[in-house]
Amino acid sequence: MDIYLLEAIVNGILLGGVLALLALGLNLIFGVIDVVWIAYADIVMCGMYVVYWLHDFGWPLPLACAATIVALAAFGALIHLLIIEPILGSAPINQLLATGGLLFFLQSFATLLFGTDFLNIGVRLPIIEFGGIYISFARLLAFALALVGAVALYFFLRRTFIGTAIRAIAQDRDIIGLMGVDQRRIYIITSMIGGALAGLAACLLVLQYDVHPFIGNTFGPLIFMICVLGGLGDMIGGFIAAFVISQIISIGGYYSNTELSYVLAFTFFIVLMFVRPRGIFAR
Amino acid sequence: MLSLAAVSAGYGSMRALFDVSLEVPAGEAVGVIGPNGAGKTTLMRVISGLIPLRGGAITLEGRSVGGLAAHRMVEQGIAHVPENRRLFPRLTVEDNLRIGAFIPQARAYFAEQLDRIYALFPRLKERRDQPAGTLSGGEQQMCAIGRALMSRPKLLLMDEPSAGLAPLVVAQVFEFVHRIRAEGLTVLIVEQNVQQVLDVVDRAYLLEVGCIKLSGTAAELKGNDFIRKSYMGL
Repeated sequence: MDIYLLEAIVNGILLGGVLALLALGLNLIFGVIDVVWIAYADIVMCGMYVVYWLHDFGWPLPLACAATIVALAAFGALIHLLIIEPILGSAPINQLLATGGLLFFLQSFATLLFGTDFLNIGVRLPIIEFGGIYISFARLLAFALALVGAVALYFFLRRTFIGTAIRAIAQDRDIIGLMGVDQRRIYIITSMIGGALAGLAACLLVLQYDVHPFIGNTFGPLIFMICVLGGLGDMIGGFIAAFVISQIISIGGYYSNTELSYVLAFTFFIVLMFVRPRGIFAR
Repeated sequence: MLSLAAVSAGYGSMRALFDVSLEVPAGEAVGVIGPNGAGKTTLMRVISGLIPLRGGAITLEGRSVGGLAAHRMVEQGIAHVPENRRLFPRLTVEDNLRIGAFIPQARAYFAEQLDRIYALFPRLKERRDQPAGTLSGGEQQMCAIGRALMSRPKLLLMDEPSAGLAPLVVAQVFEFVHRIRAEGLTVLIVEQNVQQVLDVVDRAYLLEVGCIKLSGTAAELKGNDFIRKSYMGL
C-alpha cells in the first residue's frame, strides 16, 4: 500500500480520537438531559484559552491541563444551573436558542477578552517516525488520552451507582425518583462530566492548533454531524461515527485537498440522512 | 406504620383524591381495591411523592413525610413498585437491581441484599445479565419487586402488580406477595383483581371516585354483598 495513504489512514484514526471524545460528551448530555449543547465546541474553545493562559502564567502543562478539566467541569454545572435548568420544561426550540445564544456569547466574550489573535501554546512535541510513516506525537498523545477518557467514562457509567443512574434516567425520567435518585443532582453531575470531557479535549487540541475565539466553528459542526450520524444520544454509535468521518476527511484529503474532504464528509452525511435518518446504527 | 389523614391530590385543576384517610399497621398487608379511574394509582403516587400533596397529612412511623420529593421518600423507607413495572428496559436485570439500591443507606448492603433478592427470585439470578426488556411479564414483575426491595424499605407500595399479566402469572405474582410478607415487610397493595388480593391482605379499603367507600378486614369485605356483586361478579 502507498505509504502516504497509510499515513493518511493513521492520521484519520488519531483525529477520530478527540472527535469521538467530544461526541461522547455531547451524546451524554443529550441522552441524559435531553438538551443539545449547541455551544459545546465553544466551551472547548474556552478550555483551550484556560490551558493557554495557565501555561503562559508559568504553570507546568500537566497541572494546567488538570486545572482546566476541573474548571470546565464547574463551568458545565454552571451552564446547567443558569441556562438549562430554567428552560428544562420549555419547547426544544427555546433550548436550542438558549444554548445557541451561549455560543455567540462565548465567541464574542473571548474576542473582547483576548482579541482575534491566533495564540500558540508553544509546546513543541516531536514528530515520530514509525515504519516509514511520520506521526505527530501531539496527535498520538491526544488519541491515547482521548481513549483513556472514553474508557474511564465507560467504566464509570457501568460500574458505579451514579453511572447506573445516569444510564437509567435516559430510559425513564418519570419514575427515577422512586429509585431514590435526585434527578437534579444527576443532571448536574452529567453536566460536569460533559464539561470535564470538553476540558480534556481542550488540553489535547491546544497542543495541535492555535487558539482563537472562533476555533469552535472549525470542529463544532463536525461533532454535531458525528452525533447525528451515530444516532443522537447513542454514545457507542457516535464513537464509531467519529472514526468514520475522520477517515473520510483524512483519506479524502489525501486524494484531493482538505477543503474538498470536508465537502465529501458533509455530502456523505446528507446522503446518509436520507437513507438512515435516525443514524447509521439506529435500532 | 403509615397513616394518611384527609389526603387530597390531583393533576392540574382535576382533583383525583378527596380526603382519603387510611392506616397501614406495621407487619400487615393492606389492600386498596376499586374500579379503573377511582384514584388508586394517584393514591400510590402521592404517598411516594411523585405528585404533590394538595391537602391532609401523611405520617410514617409518627414522622410527617407528606410533600417530600420522591427520592426523599425512598430514604424514609417507602419503596414503590409502579404500575406496569416500569423497569429500565435496556439495563440488565442486575443493573435494575443496582439502581434500586441507590440511596446511601442501601448501597452499603448492596451485595448482601442482592443475594437475598436472588434467593427470593432465583429466576432473576439466571437472567442477571439480560436486558430487563427481554424478560417475560412475570419475570419483569419479579425484577420490579426486587428492585424496590433493594432499597431495604419498611413499607412496600405495589400498584396493580397483576395488571397485564396472564392468569397463570397473576397467581404467581400473588404468591410473591406472600413471600414478601413472610420476610416481615409491611405492604400496601392496590388492585383491580379483588378476589385474589383479598386472599393475601389482612385488611382492605374500597376506593371509588377518589373517596374511601368501605373498609374492613379481608374476610369482612369478602362477605360484603356490595363488593361481591360489584367487584367479584358473584
